[in-house]
Amino acid sequence: MDRSVARFAAARLASGWKAGSGGRAGPLRLADIEPPSPPGPGWQVVRPRLAGICGSDLATVDGRSSRWFEPLVSFPFVPGHEVVGDAADGRRVVIEPVLHCRVRGIDPPCPPCEAGQTNHCERLVGGHLQPGLQTGYCADTGGGWSLALVAHSLQLHEVPDGWSDEAAVMIEPTACAVHGALAAPPGGSGEELLAVVIGAGTLGLATIAAIHRLRPDVTALLSVAKHPEQRRLATTLGATAVVEPDELRRAVRRVSGSWILDNGQLTGGAAVVFDCVGSGESIAGALAVTAPGGTVVLLGMPGHVGIDLTGLWQREIRLSGTYAYGPEPAAGGRHSFDLAAEVVEAAGLERLVSATYSLDRYGDAIEHAAAAGRRGAVKVAFDLRQEKRR
Amino acid sequence: MPRPGFVLEVDRSTPSILTWHGEGFRLERLPPGRSRVIYAPEPLEPLDDPDDAVRDALLHPLGDCPPLPELLFAGMRLTIAFDDISLPLPPMQRPDNRQRVIEGVLDLAAAAGVDDVVLICALALHRRMTEAELRHAIGDRVYDAFAPHGTLLQHDAEDPSGLVYLGQTDQGEDVEINKRAAESDLLVYVNINLVAMDGGHKSVATGLASYRSLRHHHNVKTMRHSRSFMDQEHSELHSSNWRMGRLIAASGVKVFQIETTLNNDTFPEQMSFLQRREWEWTARDRATYLATTRGLAMTTPRLARSIFQSIKSPHSMTGVHAGEVEAVHAATTARVYRQQLVDVDGQTDIAVFGLPHLCPYNVNSIMNPILVMCMGLGYLFNMYRGRPLVRQGGVAILSHPTPWAFHPVHHPSYIDFFEEVLPATTDPIEIEKTYEERFATDEWYRHLYRTSHAYHGVHPFYMWYWGAHALEHLGRVIIVGGDPKAVRRLGFSPASTLTDALEMATDTVGRDPSITHLHCPPIMIADVH
Repeated sequence: MDRSVARFAAARLASGWKAGSGGRAGPLRLADIEPPSPPGPGWQVVRPRLAGICGSDLATVDGRSSRWFEPLVSFPFVPGHEVVGDAADGRRVVIEPVLHCRVRGIDPPCPPCEAGQTNHCERLVGGHLQPGLQTGYCADTGGGWSLALVAHSLQLHEVPDGWSDEAAVMIEPTACAVHGALAAPPGGSGEELLAVVIGAGTLGLATIAAIHRLRPDVTALLSVAKHPEQRRLATTLGATAVVEPDELRRAVRRVSGSWILDNGQLTGGAAVVFDCVGSGESIAGALAVTAPGGTVVLLGMPGHVGIDLTGLWQREIRLSGTYAYGPEPAAGGRHSFDLAAEVVEAAGLERLVSATYSLDRYGDAIEHAAAAGRRGAVKVAFDLRQEKRR
Repeated sequence: MPRPGFVLEVDRSTPSILTWHGEGFRLERLPPGRSRVIYAPEPLEPLDDPDDAVRDALLHPLGDCPPLPELLFAGMRLTIAFDDISLPLPPMQRPDNRQRVIEGVLDLAAAAGVDDVVLICALALHRRMTEAELRHAIGDRVYDAFAPHGTLLQHDAEDPSGLVYLGQTDQGEDVEINKRAAESDLLVYVNINLVAMDGGHKSVATGLASYRSLRHHHNVKTMRHSRSFMDQEHSELHSSNWRMGRLIAASGVKVFQIETTLNNDTFPEQMSFLQRREWEWTARDRATYLATTRGLAMTTPRLARSIFQSIKSPHSMTGVHAGEVEAVHAATTARVYRQQLVDVDGQTDIAVFGLPHLCPYNVNSIMNPILVMCMGLGYLFNMYRGRPLVRQGGVAILSHPTPWAFHPVHHPSYIDFFEEVLPATTDPIEIEKTYEERFATDEWYRHLYRTSHAYHGVHPFYMWYWGAHALEHLGRVIIVGGDPKAVRRLGFSPASTLTDALEMATDTVGRDPSITHLHCPPIMIADVH
């Protein structure tokens, strides 16, 4: 991925016509480059086996990422942060991609990193690495869409024996879902707690699975899904009801016992809404169905959005961003990755890996991932296991 | 002398048959040699002087009942209940039967010095009527005399203080009805009998009842054992209402029943071709048909709906009977049968029902997909006496656009029923068991029913139950020309043309099936031997 304003503009233009077109028209290219070298002690080479394509990757490839990230990445970089691979020390590992103080060699670490909250790291541009908030956005580390990257031992989580690569590659996105699922305040003992998950792509479905396993206080879980396969999966993963986007308000009303006013707004709503899309429309939709005093958790990466926040103000709704993973206070301090592994195994999330591509078909892979829901797919990944040059 | 109903055997010389299709109609050819078309009897002669007939009925009641003037006295509490917007169909040209009868009753009440009079629209769980609709039904004079004083009411089945519990029937059915009506010295019920199912004890036991009471007969079991609704002797719906009606009488509620019948003169002169037999169409009829269909093809669905909803029928009163409920209803039913019964020899493999723009629950509203189901399988399928028109395991072909469209004010719970319930199941038993109570007790629906113009939250369930007998009886239901997504949501098969539908039906009933088209409206009952 090169820093080319012209290519980013071309990607943005092309993706406006068809999502995922930026893969061919934009700054992404397939190239033979020197593999990265370990930048310091504790680092080793990891050879990816599977590497997923994430929504944030698609936004970047299509030239639609927020400029917020500009100082937090370094070019050229190799994308790919959902990775299962073979480490040089012989272990099969998944990578926890956040490039925080400790892997950057910063000592003493920043206060959040000192507290273990590496996703809040304040030194993402410091230390012995070039800027980069994660592996897959840093010029020094490489990324999963390649035959080799480098990772610090603190980033590696060993994959248990008997696990498929497909299950392992789902751990990172599921860890994001776990972090989001646990971010909303718990319901009171014996009380009804209605939660809504907007979006039924990888993140949405993994969030449903995480809530189902980790949030017994949620008594009703509504999923918003556009496509038939998404609806089927949402149901099997634990949603108590699945609705289409334009049915959401009425569905929330039915479960919450709310009323609907003449302009369509609810008088009550769901205590917690998880937005796994991140568009202006989805955030507005989330706010519209959140009860007074409720919480909207943003899991999907938003960009510039325009929404009316009057309801948020009048109803004292909390809008809470969640990013990456870390120790989870709501789960006794256990790490999101450990909890995610449990969720992946319990819910059989390897089935969400719908299609894999070789690197030389990266254009097809990006287009497939961008149209995954419509095409009956969920997670699209690159399969590096058969690459001749590996 | 009006001609009786008629069954046409289709042969090669038979012209195309007019088939209703919502806000429009089509000319369809039926396969010769194995198809037939059932035509309604022609409209009976109307009464020469309806107002005089009303007065005569009030003075000469049927059954064990004194003339109305003998029941009226100064200082009494008099309640006059009347049928709601669901009758007649289409709404009739002014003056409505209800206006004529209520004015007749009020004249006698005034002569007797009765000044505590309340009018109640007996809408059960239907939507409240608008001022314009009420004015049309009871007339401006009556409306202006009562509405400003708060003595023109609409029954509220969800008002605990406005209901009274009268007890249980010997079958354990709770009877709870409007308190003002029950505690009056006399309850006069003013009815319009459009079909044989209307009237009798159903008027009070249903029209003025609460959900607690209605659920005992508006349920899947009762509907499946009503074969049909139009045949009182074989209708559990009728039996349950009769048990309740007798308990109401035994509780001391004095009911003076007034039932009126209409002829089936359904369409105004400019649309009279709609009730003529096709081979008798004049050149003007053919020209009108062409102009109408071409004009409708160029209008938006909204405009077409508006045009059709504006039709006021030239129905005329053919009879009026008053007095004791059961005696009155027996006379009424005989007159309804005289207008509507058509002898039909044997059942059919495939029944074709062209659905018009209107059913009892979408007057001035939208015929949503649930009402399409109810109209086709609840009403038209049940327009029989003896045996269903279509054989067990046969196919019903409905013709209707079946738009994925709902009136948000009138049918709020229908939208939820369509979005939440039908995707999960179309089985009436499962629907009743799993979903009914939640919808019936939903506070928002209750609020809209009581204060706006919404049907009660449970009403879409009743529409679905209305078709439960047909769903159990039929092998397949096909809708011609409907929105495929909406049709599939109903659990039925979509077809683009009648020819396609007939071809699809052969998968269920075999090759060369017999076909019968019920040419309705005008309304008729197939007396199947």
